[in-house]
Amino acid sequence: MDLMSLTAVELGKKIHAGEVSVKEAVQACLSHIETYDKEYNCFVSVDTERAYQQAEEIQKKMDAGKLTGPLAGVPVAVKDNMCMAGSLTTCSSKILSGFVPTYTSDAVLKLQEAGAVIVGKTNMDEFAMGSTTETSYYGETKNPWDTTRVPGGSSGGSAAAVAAEEVPYALGSDTGGSIRQPAAFCGVTGIKPTYGRVSRYGLIAYGSSLDQIGPLAKDVTDCATVLEIISQYDPKDSTSVNRNDNHFTEALTDNVKGMHIGLPRDYFTDGLEPEIWDAVYHAAKVLEEKGAVIEEFDLGMVEYAIPAYYIIASAEASSNLERFDGVKYGYRTKEYTDLHNMYKKSRSEGFGAEVKRRIMLGSFVLSSGYYDAYYVKALKVKAMIKQAYDRAFEKYDVILGPVAPTTALKLGESLSDPIKMYLGDVYTVPVNLAGLPGISLPGGYDQSGMPIGIQFVGNAFEEKKIIQAAYALEQTGSYHRPKKVAERRL
Amino acid sequence: MSKTYETVIGLEVHVELATKTKIFCGCSTEFGGEPNTHTCPVCTGMPGSLPVLNKAVVEKAVAVGLATNCTITQNCKFDRKNYFYPDNPQNYQISQLYYPICRDGKVEIETDGKKKFVRIHEIHMEEDAGKLVHDPYTDSSLVDFNRSGVPLIEIVSEPDMRSAEEVIAYLEKLRLIIQYLGTSDCKLNEGSMRADVNLSVREAGTEEFGTRTETKNLNSFKAIARAIEHERERQIDLLESGEPVIQETRRWDDNQEYSYAMRSKEDAQDYRYFPDPDLVPVHITDEWLEEIRNAQPEFRDEKKLRYKEEYQIPDYDIDILTNSKKLADLFEATIALGAQPKKVSNWLMVETMRLMKEHSMDPEDLTFSAKNLAGLIRLTDDKVINSSVAKEVFEKIFTDDIDPEAYVKEHGLATVNDEDTLKKVVEEVIAKNPKAADDVRSGKDKAIGALVGQTMKAMHGKADPSAVNQMIRKLL
Amino acid sequence: MTITDETIDYVGILAKLELSEEEKQQAKKDMSEMLDYVSKLNELDTEHVEAMSHAFPYNNVFREDVVTNQNDRENLLKNAPEQKDGCYKVPKTFD
Repeated sequence: MDLMSLTAVELGKKIHAGEVSVKEAVQACLSHIETYDKEYNCFVSVDTERAYQQAEEIQKKMDAGKLTGPLAGVPVAVKDNMCMAGSLTTCSSKILSGFVPTYTSDAVLKLQEAGAVIVGKTNMDEFAMGSTTETSYYGETKNPWDTTRVPGGSSGGSAAAVAAEEVPYALGSDTGGSIRQPAAFCGVTGIKPTYGRVSRYGLIAYGSSLDQIGPLAKDVTDCATVLEIISQYDPKDSTSVNRNDNHFTEALTDNVKGMHIGLPRDYFTDGLEPEIWDAVYHAAKVLEEKGAVIEEFDLGMVEYAIPAYYIIASAEASSNLERFDGVKYGYRTKEYTDLHNMYKKSRSEGFGAEVKRRIMLGSFVLSSGYYDAYYVKALKVKAMIKQAYDRAFEKYDVILGPVAPTTALKLGESLSDPIKMYLGDVYTVPVNLAGLPGISLPGGYDQSGMPIGIQFVGNAFEEKKIIQAAYALEQTGSYHRPKKVAERRL
Repeated sequence: MSKTYETVIGLEVHVELATKTKIFCGCSTEFGGEPNTHTCPVCTGMPGSLPVLNKAVVEKAVAVGLATNCTITQNCKFDRKNYFYPDNPQNYQISQLYYPICRDGKVEIETDGKKKFVRIHEIHMEEDAGKLVHDPYTDSSLVDFNRSGVPLIEIVSEPDMRSAEEVIAYLEKLRLIIQYLGTSDCKLNEGSMRADVNLSVREAGTEEFGTRTETKNLNSFKAIARAIEHERERQIDLLESGEPVIQETRRWDDNQEYSYAMRSKEDAQDYRYFPDPDLVPVHITDEWLEEIRNAQPEFRDEKKLRYKEEYQIPDYDIDILTNSKKLADLFEATIALGAQPKKVSNWLMVETMRLMKEHSMDPEDLTFSAKNLAGLIRLTDDKVINSSVAKEVFEKIFTDDIDPEAYVKEHGLATVNDEDTLKKVVEEVIAKNPKAADDVRSGKDKAIGALVGQTMKAMHGKADPSAVNQMIRKLL
Repeated sequence: MTITDETIDYVGILAKLELSEEEKQQAKKDMSEMLDYVSKLNELDTEHVEAMSHAFPYNNVFREDVVTNQNDRENLLKNAPEQKDGCYKVPKTFD
């Protein structure tokens, strides 16, 4: 039996039942990575030795009855912007060359405590800036559905690794769509939780007021299970929120009777591919048949989210990335004349083009004379976007829409025209600005066979509602593997 | 110089708060320590680390704000101040620009008997930077982050001061208030209090301010006075020769008694402040504010009134004692142990001051305990030791805080009160000094001094001089 | 909005980035286009809207004033490109 075709929860059950040992699970995972990652390049680093060592420790604990959680013994991959004590952490950037943190990201720590075996760190757009995973210093990741296409980004490595069945599930991070969009492009499921739900401690910041860690997996059940584990209050993150409503697996019920679902009319514009348009309406119809109340409405503010987002995210990034200066860790240029020359050369050589572009923009919008016109203005627009959602959630339990205006683009198509690339974030970015939870799951395929993503957005801390809606929708179809992956596993 | 000029001075005073841990992490703020041994991912700017605010910092900042008559900003926030420098691990400093914790305060100062208010524009909380040391062997700089993240408040005054004397009076006033609060020891030489001087000059009688400069690196009151004088003259010279004063930051070199501009093309002074997204706002409720207000100590003016009423000691003594929190505390603690206020005040005003001067110490550096001073006063009250022995013992208390009772016993310093012994010694002294004895007998009273002195000497100082006096008269 | 060479140089000083001539021209173009694009926000009247830096109104998250960190110098310094005597070594900062 191919263990890697199982979902994380299915594999966890087999391990608990003693049908599969932790070591066997890890072995299967590592052998898939070894065989297939040459083609897809989902990983920046894989630590085989450490994985086996963890497997042994976890097996002992499980045998002693100390680990009873659903994901104990199940392998996982972590996006390479989450620190892990003693493991290389690069953010897919040259500037973090050789960086080995002394601390572990809280979300990873929670997984470790639950018995997860971390097998490696996944590729991403450099510092999570991008939506294609092409800006990585370690080379682009390829979409397992079609290797001439991008996997999306910035958590492209995590999404592709799940789609290629190199790992059962993975962690990603989402600042403007970086979990949901690659999930859509790779035909997997991903959740961006409410801001504050999952600790950001140990997550290397891009836009601190927008970043959230979340799961990418084969189905809604896996995502809910992972989220339940990683969303615990963390006193090390001042923006972590202390709540006790994180029993997300309780929401895995195939029941949407009476659920009010809003469908924003203003999402459906010329920019949206007709097949995606159809897929969303199809999902609406399916849910309606299951008893949900579907209503079209005008959300408002849709076209203002991207400009506001790029001002806020770039400004925060310009400040967050100041610490990479060749003094304390990472890359320092070989030759320099003085301190400032060392700073400039290390940073100019260490950062890639897209990162530099956003640092320049962010530094400019915060600079003297422009702060009010750009940054404060964007924060006001952010408030208006939040208000638009607040109005919507007075009427609806969840909002249904697309994840991205297109399916996965061809490699090399996006980077030359940044604004065009940024426009692809139109359905994901406003959710981050308003701090809300969103889930992306497969909702059909386009003519070329590429997966289409469907998104549910919920009110703050109402992850359960989007999980419930997504689960109900998921029951009407079954999980599809990329063609190549399916063929080789038959 | 034909015109007369007025100097206009405002101060930015940084005070390190006496918390146990840093402002945003659980590292110790203890002074000294090997380089980088009080550091963690947060205060060394490691990626992914996050700040969490130390509650004690907010309470101490509010306490200073209340004591300087400020309005407390009940919803305040932290902002990032962005600039690259190796002592600044994140290359931004977490500070407060838009909503500082305190605003619009004032303190009263007195110079040459004249009182005036210096207004406080704002007080904000921020983190201290690390320390840079030049390494001559490699001609490079070494960074130590032990001080990085130590909590500071910055007290920004309005440009209300007109002379070095007023500046010193203002600083002493702030120092006293903060020491009374116990929020900092305010030592300029150790950097727990630092003052940057914003200075401009203008023709006397004009309303408009001149262009100001900011002078940094002032480590003593003397350096501040010298730097003000120097900068005032430099600016007047510029104006007199028709040259403009440039708005800039200058660094004072106290050895050379000279300042120089800290300018570089890499130093744009554009800090791109924006609200720190990693920290949530601080909301100081009315209840919390009231709690801090109720916990405020008795300040100097209240103390002065109480001392006058309770202890009946001279105004001069009261003034000196209350001018240092340390002295006032010692004074009160010693009285609490049963010593008579006037006697305690005398020990502090005379011997303590003398020894402090001798050792060039500040009252804050005193290390002896009230318990041992009270013990010493008890020994003199009980006539166990005489006053010259007491002074000798006090010196040991002052330097080593010894227990006076044990010390007197160990060194056999107790006054000999045994009548027979005394009588025997006096008889011997009279026998050896017949002339002096005759003089006393014939009514030359002054001569008795010589006999007392001889007796004290024979008894190694361990006699009660008045008892000796009586014995001599009795025997003659 | 037209971005001048001076602006690019100035932002380069702020951001500590040294761009090649080619990169500068690209940055000028990118930044002007981006600023033109984001000027779309000026269509909105935000006069009476309060700027929102945090999406949710949480406040007062504190630590107690208790020492929790041990000396971890050796591990932290391992990442330094250059170190000496327990310190991070940098090009000299004094003249």
